[in-house]
Amino acid sequence: MAINFLHPYYEVLRNYDKCITCRACERQCINEVHTYLPDSSRMVCDDGKCVNCHRCVSLCPTRALKIVRSGNTYKENVNWSGRIIDEVYRQASSGGVLLSSMGNPENYPIYFDKILLNASQVTNPSIDPLREPMETKISLGAKPTDIERDENDCVKNNLPPQINLSMPVMFSAMSYGSISYNAHESLARAAEELGVLYNTGEGGLHEDFYRYGKNTIVQVASGRFGVHAQYLNSGVAIEIKMGQGAKPGIGGHLPGAKIIGDISRTRMIPEGSDAISPAPHHDIYSIEDLRQLVYSLKEVTDYKKPVIVKIAAVHNVAAIASGIARSGADIISIDGFRGGTGAAPTRIRDNVGIPIELALASVDARLRNENIRDNIAVVVGGSIRSSADVVKAIALGADCTYIATSALLALGCHLCRSCHTGKCNWGIATQVPELVKRLNPDIGYKRLVNLLTAWQHEIKEMMGGMGINSIESLKGNRLMLRGVGLNEKELEILGIKHAGE
Amino acid sequence: MKRVYVNEKWCLGCHLCEYHCAFADMNEKDMARALKNVKIKPKIKIEERDGVSFAVSCRHCQEPLCVKGCITGALTRVDGVVTINRDKCVNCYTCILICPYGAISSSDDGVVQKCELCIKTVVGTPACVRGCPNGAIVFEERQ
Repeated sequence: MAINFLHPYYEVLRNYDKCITCRACERQCINEVHTYLPDSSRMVCDDGKCVNCHRCVSLCPTRALKIVRSGNTYKENVNWSGRIIDEVYRQASSGGVLLSSMGNPENYPIYFDKILLNASQVTNPSIDPLREPMETKISLGAKPTDIERDENDCVKNNLPPQINLSMPVMFSAMSYGSISYNAHESLARAAEELGVLYNTGEGGLHEDFYRYGKNTIVQVASGRFGVHAQYLNSGVAIEIKMGQGAKPGIGGHLPGAKIIGDISRTRMIPEGSDAISPAPHHDIYSIEDLRQLVYSLKEVTDYKKPVIVKIAAVHNVAAIASGIARSGADIISIDGFRGGTGAAPTRIRDNVGIPIELALASVDARLRNENIRDNIAVVVGGSIRSSADVVKAIALGADCTYIATSALLALGCHLCRSCHTGKCNWGIATQVPELVKRLNPDIGYKRLVNLLTAWQHEIKEMMGGMGINSIESLKGNRLMLRGVGLNEKELEILGIKHAGE
Repeated sequence: MKRVYVNEKWCLGCHLCEYHCAFADMNEKDMARALKNVKIKPKIKIEERDGVSFAVSCRHCQEPLCVKGCITGALTRVDGVVTINRDKCVNCYTCILICPYGAISSSDDGVVQKCELCIKTVVGTPACVRGCPNGAIVFEERQ
């Protein structure tokens, strides 16, 4: 047998004083880390198989388990970190592209954490949201710039189609296939109860979920999986996915092993065939081409539904957004480099794209300078982690935010970043029936509703503190923001002052 | 009347209900101390085969055969809950043989044991229901 160069990252520590050998850990670990030894009536662990998903830790009734870094180190080297050495070993052994899941975990700046919010003191008094009305509703879509009148001089209703939301948060695109049926059901039911939207992702819409149409965004991506006229008309908006924050410039690949039963039918491809989304849309090579697709989709939906164009935050994002604002799209959604994914090449995920905060600020500024800001609403995603991030994004100029990683966390995800293995112990990023059933949507949707209800309370509190009683008054209100520890250039791009100024 | 119902669709076969059931009876605060090195005899049991699993415990039947068959009157139905009087039980196993669900079992105490909806132990929701991680066991009113 060849030498295994890799030492386990994690060590499963079992407190044998607490372990009652109920074997729940063994039964719940799809990676087969835990084994029961009948001879000695003891549980043992194979640390090398552990992905640190915490399923066993969370289910252990006596809290006998914890997972720690194994602590095994190479000779210290700032340049050649343990992770980099391990990756070389892995590639030398496999010859393959390294795969990763979820968002970029590397040590790049998190601008949301370097931005602080304002609060009123003495003048312009703060507002108590428990006692006074506070508005978090938003209406997403292009806004008319001119007042038009008919022959009788009456004002014409020239408002393009809008989406109405109870709060400026939506669940972003995760396809049926990349996540499970139960995860989709949880998202759909939560969106319905909350009065927000969830997004089908590029895998089509399962027939059971058409009834959540009023809370659905249907996506059209480069693979065009599951796209047909009824699908396009089933939601309240259509999203054209040009790019994804976790893997800008890259398509998608759902392995044939996951294309089974309902997923094959929903995607309209044969069972067992790989679902490969090309990197570009093969019919879009310019803004004019994009415009054609935007209008094709509007045509098929009778101009009643707004069209969203989703792009990854990349270097020329402001210029790209300016083009999209002229393409006839109603909404642009920008996905930052921290955005999650079910699988992406590690090098792409960790090295391509730019932070959403900078992308948002520059897009908003560019659209304003060109007087086309009203042509298009701006939605941002790619690691909106809390209600504070939502408030900061709105103040930086976003109309609405997209969340996905936080939603999955609410459903039980522990960010072990092994979605690409298809063996999600929490029943989220998997299609294995005995794993999928671990996510009971009755529990899942309530946790999502709880999360966003809590965020809504917090958003109201923060707005109230600033003396603002409506999300609309916060939008693009960068005077409510100050930077800490940012340099002149960063402040210039973000369009905010430094704290103390 | 509220009863314990199980839903096979959400049962993970983790067997945690069995341990919570056994623990509920012991009047102990710490599960690790209570169940360490103990071979449990729970009143709710997981049945599993070919990837299908579900928990089985007393149905608290409207017309319980076990009560009818009990030769000493140890089993009675009080406010809808089939309970056992441990002083009267002579361990004849008639109830174990007669119960169509296999919900009554022997214990180490010389009397039979069965689910009594935790009315003699913790107050409120039965321990198996509270201990189920996936909502597969519920305590609710059904017609």
